[in-house]
Amino acid sequence: MLKQITVTVNGVQHTLEVEPRLLLVHMIREVLNLTGTHIGCDTSSCGACTILLDGKSIKSCTVLAVQANGKSITTIEGVAQNGELSPLQEGFKENHGLHCGFCTPGMILRATELLANNPNPTEEEIRWGIAGNLCRCTGYNNIVKAIQYAGAKMRGDELPSTEPEFV
Amino acid sequence: MIQCKTSKEIGGMGHSLKRKEDIRFIQGKGHYVDDVKLPGMLYMDIVRSPYAYAKIKKINIEEAMKVPGVVAVVTGKDLEKYNLHWMPTLMSDTQMVLPTDTVMYQAQEVAAVIATSKYAARDGREAVKVEYEPMKPVIDPFKSLDPGAPVLRSDKEGKKDNHIWHWEVGDKNKTDDVFAKAEVVVKEQMHIPRIHVASIETCGCVADYDKVNNHLTMYMTTQAPHAIRTVIALVAGHVGLTEEKIRVISPDIGGGFGGKVPVYPGYVIAIAVSFLVGKPVKWIEDRSENLQADSFARDYHITAEMAGTKDGKILATRFKILADHGYTDASANPSKFPTGMFSVATGSYDYDTTYMECDAVYTNKPPGGVAYRCSFRVTEAVHAIERITDRYALEIGKDPAELRLQNFIKKEDFPWKSPTGWIYDSGDYHKGLLKAMDTVNYHQLRAEQAEKRKRGELMGIGISTFTEIVGAGPSKDFDILGIKMFDSAEIRVHPTGKAIARFGTKSQGQGHETTYAQIIAEELGIPAENIQIEEGDTDTAPYGLGTYASRSTPTAGAAAAVAARKLRDKARKIAAYLLEVSEDDLEWEPGKFFVKGAPEKSKTIQEIVFASYTNHPPGMEAGFEATHYYDPPNLTFPSGAYICVVDIDKETGAIHVRRFVAIDDCGNIINPMIVQGQVHGGLTQGIAPAMYEELIYDEAGNILNGTFMDYLVPTAVESPKWETGHTVTPSPHHPIGAKGVGESPTVGAPPAIANAIVDALSPYGITHLDIPITPFKVWKALKEKGVV
Ligand code: FES
Ligand code: FES
Repeated sequence: MLKQITVTVNGVQHTLEVEPRLLLVHMIREVLNLTGTHIGCDTSSCGACTILLDGKSIKSCTVLAVQANGKSITTIEGVAQNGELSPLQEGFKENHGLHCGFCTPGMILRATELLANNPNPTEEEIRWGIAGNLCRCTGYNNIVKAIQYAGAKMRGDELPSTEPEFV
Repeated sequence: MIQCKTSKEIGGMGHSLKRKEDIRFIQGKGHYVDDVKLPGMLYMDIVRSPYAYAKIKKINIEEAMKVPGVVAVVTGKDLEKYNLHWMPTLMSDTQMVLPTDTVMYQAQEVAAVIATSKYAARDGREAVKVEYEPMKPVIDPFKSLDPGAPVLRSDKEGKKDNHIWHWEVGDKNKTDDVFAKAEVVVKEQMHIPRIHVASIETCGCVADYDKVNNHLTMYMTTQAPHAIRTVIALVAGHVGLTEEKIRVISPDIGGGFGGKVPVYPGYVIAIAVSFLVGKPVKWIEDRSENLQADSFARDYHITAEMAGTKDGKILATRFKILADHGYTDASANPSKFPTGMFSVATGSYDYDTTYMECDAVYTNKPPGGVAYRCSFRVTEAVHAIERITDRYALEIGKDPAELRLQNFIKKEDFPWKSPTGWIYDSGDYHKGLLKAMDTVNYHQLRAEQAEKRKRGELMGIGISTFTEIVGAGPSKDFDILGIKMFDSAEIRVHPTGKAIARFGTKSQGQGHETTYAQIIAEELGIPAENIQIEEGDTDTAPYGLGTYASRSTPTAGAAAAVAARKLRDKARKIAAYLLEVSEDDLEWEPGKFFVKGAPEKSKTIQEIVFASYTNHPPGMEAGFEATHYYDPPNLTFPSGAYICVVDIDKETGAIHVRRFVAIDDCGNIINPMIVQGQVHGGLTQGIAPAMYEELIYDEAGNILNGTFMDYLVPTAVESPKWETGHTVTPSPHHPIGAKGVGESPTVGAPPAIANAIVDALSPYGITHLDIPITPFKVWKALKEKGVV
């Protein structure tokens, strides 16, 4: 029993026939071939699958594709505009906020909403703000720096140093 | 600050170059195994055992075969026809691919369902009915050797118990003698519990067997693609899959940490199925399967003892280990080292007497042991020595920092031969610890602690001053399945002076694409930006042993420098020819040769390379490329001095890590930004086992926390803000003086944290707590002492 849905993904409208049980993350990865969104768990814990659904960060492994009917989705592939990196993408690169890169798409999308709601977060607010996203490689310090860097860039403040504080 | 010889444009050693690989990862353009999609690809899901130990009476696949989309169900009996139902392990044991009659641990693979979609495969898996006859499992390793214990490996001829092997090193009589006469002897029983790497990407593969060409392409999450190709050939050569017909591709890997070294049954089943049905087969495990069935880490029960004088001179150590290996010995060690490098457990201290022994046993748990940034059991070794050193300091009432400074091997005594025979290459331990103490303001902290103790408040300071041993290894001692543990680099410079270089290692996020380019940039003066680095494709990259145990920089990093130096020698010849001077008249500076005393007469590396294709000297081979397979003369011995400060809430046992200072010494640094990133990540993987993570089994062998709901990987909230720094003591034998570092923080951090917590609790007579030290454990210990 397939259901027809219409979703806008990174600005492009798609009309798809999907099984009601199809998870949104699988629709994104398997049906639309947008493989930047990752799967890191089976209990909604890791956040590697985080995307924006109508501007809100959600774990796409925990939403059915049919629930996205009529909604608008942003995945990591839709973050850069006209080939220009978003402040967060730039922040992650400049501050070494990624190693293996597996959590990175989810982190960036989660942080996109975080900064939209709170343009100048404290370190503690950032850490709590990304507590739904696990990273096994970076130890988070540089992710915090990356988000601070992006916040500064978006506010038009002076950019913080990206030199490692390696005494 | 680190001095750089090359300009920023060249970006050689010491520059915090931003990473080349980031540009694809931050845009979702990485290429991981589950991103692979091939025409006609089938999906595999695995039926797993609900029991830790059971006879399989019957596997009924009828219903499963009726599920729409299911094309096949494969059992052990099917694989048995091709003799693929068992496979060898790296430790010369045997491991089931699929069982024919008995399951040995919960979540073990029992059958595989192949279908046209992921969802159909999962439906098929639910429809497979297996009848079991459960048996009483062996879970507690201490009971594994009881006379009444069932013999788990009755498949092995003549096996009458669950003992795997006994290992020992050192001088038993001398050690016993020193202990018998020593003024002070301390002893603690410690468990380094079973944990799991839990890289955010799980394991998986796409096996693509092409019947027409009799050729297998295997995309897989592997840290050692070349070794895997050889293993596949050894396991499946008899069905025609010989080594030249196998191409292993390890694409972008979402973290490895040792969990992606072993060959898991899922890979072998996928290959077998693809071979049988002639179509690509994808297998991607989910998180629960990853935690419950893939290679675990640690699980050493250690009795640690130290003998010394009353005023703090360490005289001897003694370690007795019981190692729980699960149902087969599949730990990923060099073949002559069943306990890995545990014998480095004498640590950073200058004494000459030790004895260590280990017995390994089978239990009804998944196999593994060596993983999770352990450098082949160095995590266990360092935990043992650093905890028992603190215990000794506590016993004689000496400050643990002072005790360490008193016993350190001195800078001038390197190279230093350890009591178990390792030749430590270099070190300056005093400098490292003094820097860490200075950074954290140690003496002031001790004063603060004394004040707080008067008020009954719990504050602890923990130190860990460790010596790592990485970069396996010299061919006379180190091999995996007989293959010597060299590694390799192949550099080819194009006519326009840009290069491609390939390596036998395989990054899983450590930044090789950037740092290897920096090594070549340093040696040849070609900008790192113009050097394309590749790893992971066995058809194109030179043979190497892979990336684990922090061996990439020591081995392939060295190979890169040596290969580049071969090219520099060639460049010198070409420059002499072009400038019409003798080679001896030339001087090198990064990027060009110039005539001594006449610097205006010079040839850039780009001009020289161009000439190698357009105008090469008569008699010389054209082109500009070199290869090197590097057999390291020794391992590298990075070290570190870590200090952790904790505050503990007496009422709840909650532990707050107030500060953590990590000073690492990995010799010359290729990229400080990347080293620091490795240290941050490694420290977080140090706090994880110290405070949060443990795989827990009940008596029936059920895993009690086999998902991310309760296997507690630290989030950004639990992870402290790390303070990192370095000292530089180059490795004298390494071509660029660099040592490995990736695992140092995970090796060094847990005892610093445990020492801090025990230090906080020590006024109440608490001398040891096993990791993970949770609030409940602290609260319980305080409760037992009547403190709360
Ligand atoms: S895949 Fe882990 S939360 Fe979605
Ligand atoms: S960068 Fe590897 S999991 Fe975050």
